[in-house]
Amino acid sequence: MSQTLDLQALKERAQSLRLDILDMTTHVASGHPSSSFSSVEILTALYFGGILRYRSDDPHWLERDRFIMSKGHAAPLLYAVLAHAGYFDREKLWALRQVDSPVEGHPVQGRLPGIETTSGSLGKGISVGLGHVLGGRMNGLNYRVYVLLGDGECEEGQIWEAAIAAAHFKADSLTAIVDYNKYQETGPISREMALEPFAEKWRAFGWHVEEVDGHDIQAITETLKAVQEVKGQPSVVIAHTVKGKGVSFVEADYTFHGRALTPEQAEKAREEILCG
Amino acid sequence: MRLGEKAGLKPAKPMRDVFGEALLQLCRDNPKIVVLDGDLSNTTKTLAVRQEFPERFYNIGLAESNMVSIGAGLADCGFIPFVTSMSAFLLCNGYDQLRISIAIAGLNVKVVGSHGGITLGKDGPTAMGIEDLALMGGLPTFVILVPCDPASMHKAVRATAEHIGPVYLRSSRVAMPHIYPEDDCPFEIGKANVVREGGDLTIIGCGIMVAAALDAAAMLAGEGIEARVLDMHTIRPMDVEAIAAAACETGAIVTAEEHLLHGGMGSNIARIVAATHPVPMRFVGLTDTYTDSGDPYDLLEKYGLTAQDILVAAREAVAAKA
Repeated sequence: MSQTLDLQALKERAQSLRLDILDMTTHVASGHPSSSFSSVEILTALYFGGILRYRSDDPHWLERDRFIMSKGHAAPLLYAVLAHAGYFDREKLWALRQVDSPVEGHPVQGRLPGIETTSGSLGKGISVGLGHVLGGRMNGLNYRVYVLLGDGECEEGQIWEAAIAAAHFKADSLTAIVDYNKYQETGPISREMALEPFAEKWRAFGWHVEEVDGHDIQAITETLKAVQEVKGQPSVVIAHTVKGKGVSFVEADYTFHGRALTPEQAEKAREEILCG
Repeated sequence: MRLGEKAGLKPAKPMRDVFGEALLQLCRDNPKIVVLDGDLSNTTKTLAVRQEFPERFYNIGLAESNMVSIGAGLADCGFIPFVTSMSAFLLCNGYDQLRISIAIAGLNVKVVGSHGGITLGKDGPTAMGIEDLALMGGLPTFVILVPCDPASMHKAVRATAEHIGPVYLRSSRVAMPHIYPEDDCPFEIGKANVVREGGDLTIIGCGIMVAAALDAAAMLAGEGIEARVLDMHTIRPMDVEAIAAAACETGAIVTAEEHLLHGGMGSNIARIVAATHPVPMRFVGLTDTYTDSGDPYDLLEKYGLTAQDILVAAREAVAAKA
């Protein structure tokens, strides 16, 4: 690895993304802040840690790596990242979930540059990503495809249909990342619909599995680079995260899944994020 | 009596065979066509593509949801994916994926549902695609096509590929007699074809019911009633002009479809008639029921989808004219 990461800059980027997510969702009093917070370091590593090859001034560049946001409820994070990456003006973010704005409640392909797929009913990301893998092969292109999954999302049957197919097609340019924050909307996953043994499930389906601290940007980056060397099978990175990461009272209360913070809570949250 | 006999129509080969030939020809002509299969290539007749173009054919297995979303990814890569299976399995298993991965963004994915209607026959109600038009009608960006004979199937497959955006094409297991000359027919998306002229009422059919409508029209002529017959090959966008003209010029309309009446072609025509030129209407189709298994023609008769049923409906509609 020739390039050393500017970890301080990446941490500041993550902090800035969290503040944008907070401001977007508080402003419109709606959205999924805690699901967005838990994936911040994963997307920071992808977009700003030298993993994803993209040109924000040419969103349809044929050779770009694809990032497929399968857990569409983390839309505020995706929008903030795309704005920071230069796909569109950051001012657009404040129109989240408002009429006549393309910043939809869940991502809609074609409404903003950089959105690779429509999501917000769960389970589709690996399949769409596999379409990009097969299409890339036919086009003779060598890009990689990254798919971000929620953990609760892995209860969807389509995930496992796609897992079978990705292994069958030896889709080694495909990497799924699971934001494993251990909570789904109504409670702890272990209580609501247990996924464990989770890594073993992926292995049994023919995937190469890595596990990582999903808030350690350096570790995520190193893991994502390492799986690029895996041949003949797709990889999944199980990123252990904390739902609502960065704001203590959101971390402690999973019911923030689908609701915004009040303006008063947001002020407290801002202080905590800035102290980060 | 053979379907199409009264109208003097020539028998033809099964529609799925015609679809398979049309798709193979399309693949020869256009290197961007990719075919996805839900492990039914021998049934839907995409097998010939697999044999001639294995590099552009993917058996995704028994995983229709996965297959539909893979199609979305392929379309994003500039290919024109034809996602194929039996319509009941493809649409019912893949509906969320059709909606989220394809319809909302209007991606250039082609969905072919084979074994539409009840004429798949002996496999029974679990495999029959009797709700495909209603389901696809619920996905606003999809064009919906129902060809009625071999020439129309060939044209429909071409039109499906040439249209930029999502298209649903219904294919069928059964043979439908030649409505058009074997090598050609008019086929413009959204423009119904007048296949018989008449001034006393209009029978609007799609798929196999176009032949039945022409049989009924031949019988009505014997009673001194001249029926116009429209081939409504496009269910969306529907030809408002042809429907309004039929209502205005003939004063009564009968619709005939191999589909549930609820949410199919006829109910959409009724909406247009009501808003443009209200006239008496009657509807031939499946009335809120699942059928049993059996010979296709026995089923058509038992469930009221024959020329005789259209004839009765036509008499009623004409009698109801003011």
